[in-house]
Amino acid sequence: MATATTPQPTRQDYHVEYPNDWCPGCGDFGILSAVQQALAALQLLPHQVALFGGIGCSGKAVYYLPTYGIHTLHGRVLPYATGAKLANPDLTVIAIGGDGDGLGIGAGHFVNTGRRNVDLTYILFNNAIYGLTKGQAAPTLPLGAQTKSFPEPTIQGAINPLMLALASGYTWIGRGYAYHVRHLVELIQRAIRHPGLAYLDVLQPCPTYNDLHTKDWFAGKDLAAGQARLYDLEQEGYDPVIPAGADDKMVFDKMTQCIAKAHEWGERIALGVLLENHTLSSFQERLGTRLKSYRQAPPARRTIANALGHPTTGLSALFSELAVT
Amino acid sequence: MTKPRQDLAWRIGGPQGSGVDTAASLFARACAIGGLWLFGRREYYSNIMGRHSYYDVRVAPWELTCHRSTVDILTSFEPETLARHALSVSEGGAIIYDASEADTPLHRIPFLDERVRQDLSCYLEARGLACSPAGLLAAARLREIHTYAVPFDALTRTLAGKLQISQAAVGRTLNTAAVAVSGALLGFDPQYLWRALTKVFAGRARLIEMNQQVVALTYDLVQETWPAQDLPFRIVPQESHQQRLLVNGNQAVALGKLAAGMSFQTYYPISPATDESVYLEAHESFPSLDGDEGSVLVVQTEDELAAVTMASGAALTGARSATATSGPGFSLMAEGLGWAGINEVPLVVTLYQRGGPSTGMPTRSEQGDLQFAIHAGHGEFPRLVLASGNIQEAFYDAAQAFNYAERYQMVVIHILDKALASTTQTLPPFDVSSIRIERGAVQASSVATSANGSYARFSPTRSGVSPRALLGQPAGMHWLTGGEHTSHGRVTEDPVVREQMMEKRAQKLALAAQEIPPDEKLKVYGAPYAAFTVVSWGSNQGAIREALRLLETDGIYARLVQIRLLWPFPVDELLPLLERASPLVVVELNFSGQLAHLLREHTGRESDFLVLKYNGRPMSGQELYGAFGHIHAGHAEPRIVLRNPYE
Repeated sequence: MATATTPQPTRQDYHVEYPNDWCPGCGDFGILSAVQQALAALQLLPHQVALFGGIGCSGKAVYYLPTYGIHTLHGRVLPYATGAKLANPDLTVIAIGGDGDGLGIGAGHFVNTGRRNVDLTYILFNNAIYGLTKGQAAPTLPLGAQTKSFPEPTIQGAINPLMLALASGYTWIGRGYAYHVRHLVELIQRAIRHPGLAYLDVLQPCPTYNDLHTKDWFAGKDLAAGQARLYDLEQEGYDPVIPAGADDKMVFDKMTQCIAKAHEWGERIALGVLLENHTLSSFQERLGTRLKSYRQAPPARRTIANALGHPTTGLSALFSELAVT
Repeated sequence: MTKPRQDLAWRIGGPQGSGVDTAASLFARACAIGGLWLFGRREYYSNIMGRHSYYDVRVAPWELTCHRSTVDILTSFEPETLARHALSVSEGGAIIYDASEADTPLHRIPFLDERVRQDLSCYLEARGLACSPAGLLAAARLREIHTYAVPFDALTRTLAGKLQISQAAVGRTLNTAAVAVSGALLGFDPQYLWRALTKVFAGRARLIEMNQQVVALTYDLVQETWPAQDLPFRIVPQESHQQRLLVNGNQAVALGKLAAGMSFQTYYPISPATDESVYLEAHESFPSLDGDEGSVLVVQTEDELAAVTMASGAALTGARSATATSGPGFSLMAEGLGWAGINEVPLVVTLYQRGGPSTGMPTRSEQGDLQFAIHAGHGEFPRLVLASGNIQEAFYDAAQAFNYAERYQMVVIHILDKALASTTQTLPPFDVSSIRIERGAVQASSVATSANGSYARFSPTRSGVSPRALLGQPAGMHWLTGGEHTSHGRVTEDPVVREQMMEKRAQKLALAAQEIPPDEKLKVYGAPYAAFTVVSWGSNQGAIREALRLLETDGIYARLVQIRLLWPFPVDELLPLLERASPLVVVELNFSGQLAHLLREHTGRESDFLVLKYNGRPMSGQELYGAFGHIHAGHAEPRIVLRNPYE
């Protein structure tokens, strides 16, 4: 049999003919396009990628890509994605969800996934509201804000997801903007290439329900002429990298710098990579040290039976441990 | 003197953290090495240190299937054990106690429940006896129970002197001494205890030697103090060349899963399920018979929501995947079961029942989750529910669960309970060669996908089962969703597709009901054609079998129908058995008779008698023998509740 040359995927290979039911002008379109371009740019074939979605408008993104697309339960996207990645480490695993999904009902998973540093990318579509249920306050909406669908201003405060990611142990933390697609393509590629857990917060205008954080607002149209609200950290010379072997002082300084940028809001909002920490081992590396066979025979590829269907797990040592004499 | 009884029930108790388990393991191991069969029962509080725990070891020269409500030997170091269990010692039995603690008034025993204190006080006052262990001992002697006051303090000093070690170090061997007192009184050759010590403390030579000396010196002391032995029991070692295991329920399930090739397990710590996952993690790497290494990846998750969903994520890649939990955790898993149901994910959930609802009684046993396991989750989707009746079944069922999960692409819930999880038994080795691994229908990698590039994962088939494509497989791309979907996994609310998909999934359950062999659905024990029919499920099996044997010695013949496959409910196999059932007695470890309800719902047959127990403790053969006897004699109420205030 002739060896087929591996086709080089293009952006077109990541396009799916399927009716899209997001509202016209939704920020999700920009993020979807960026994901498609990033996967093509990384030369990944669709079958090598598993895209897990949470519940909400954002989670529907999985339907618009030709990869393995798994639309999971509200809040549980990270454990599903983690299970698949740990069982089959060859997969490129991306989790997608909204702010309510990841920081409300799924907050426990957001935090605890950080403890594991599994090599996957989590893209959070941050629009500060629950869109699909018609505009309730989400965990990233600032205290006192009132969008057009609220009867009263919100009396619950906001979580800062970037700081929460930092505190939880995410080793790559970035922020993009749904309509800066070219920048987002680059951020997504960097997040996927990062050999650990990456959190990418994407500011995503919801034109239907969030009349506060609009395209115009992000563009700084309410500010003095010529003043941009969003700016690129890289262009300001910000260096997010904590190299392997960095000392405690350096780790502390980089984390403090990340917090300072994450804290900015209002007139200046930072985009780009806030933290890239190479001092922590990934979960797969930790498993590789503990389970000798993990690398060559991870759970998805382990041979468990011979041709006759007899189990191949060698249990004799366990049985002698339990033997009476 | 009458022939000594060989079926012996031995109990040791003490505060948690004081070494009760180690002492019981030593006694059990020694009896097992002596060729005897044993059944060990462990009762403990949800507590780390201080609360009362006890361990029963029942031994006999034949295979045992349950514990006894009354014990022959009670071993105690402190007044609480004596107070809680003195009334459970059978006539002619023995109580071994610490001479210095006998006069502690009952109200000075801090963890003794008020109810127990009051009951015992009434009992003692009615007999004009002191409200203390001494009073209970006096009452015991009136019941012809032998009492042995062991001077544990003096023993410690003697041992410290002879072994040239500190009293504190000797203090840690007192459990061994207590076991040795029992052994000496029972005429049990000390060499078995010596051998057991080498196994219990394997690899710690100094500890073994010290404990062996403690055994020898304690035997000497017992022989000097009580030279004339009049206990009507003896531990007589048996010649045995048969290889046997000493294994508990948690371990059996773990071993079954390993044999089945499970390679991914998640859990969140919860009694009484945790021990299984910890055992797996402790044995996570093993040789593979094809020459390579194998391993199971055990992940401790942040909660049970993550446990069930992470296990599902792993299952989608083709790994045999499971999670293990108990009632409160299973409650959280309900949403994950529904997702796995609609996406036809092969997933095994091991459910160890405990006393509910809510936190309930975390370390006690109950069969309160049968209806919940069958119905957990909103909406309708197929699942299999299997329940094991003993440790052997727990091993084989744990393995078979994966075959069923993959063959029918559905959730398999394997139910056990706290009693079964913590029971330790001597058993013939598990027969791994009898296990066959069937992976179910999986789509070949090379098959081309449809024109739109995706694979029809849920394509309609006659059986309802469509070949799975595994995440990462070339040309297998498809979508999965918690929403109703088309054959490609596209969300749909089309009424016709909805009907097709509901029917497809339901068809798999019908297929399972048709294919699963009858003996995996139910088992009949006792006299197969007897009219007196007991129907039960789960770990009551052993106690019921013993009760049937006892009835048979009275010339009463009865049978047990143990239902092993609870869902789909084995109606066709049950109906002919129920036809001549009279009386029909349903036995369950719960309040409401959940199996009896199922039985009536699916067969139209109402039970004549319900025998229930819901105090959090397992049933004994003795208790059931009494209940069945009343039923047979015709003077039992239709609802019989088994009660034992001292367990």
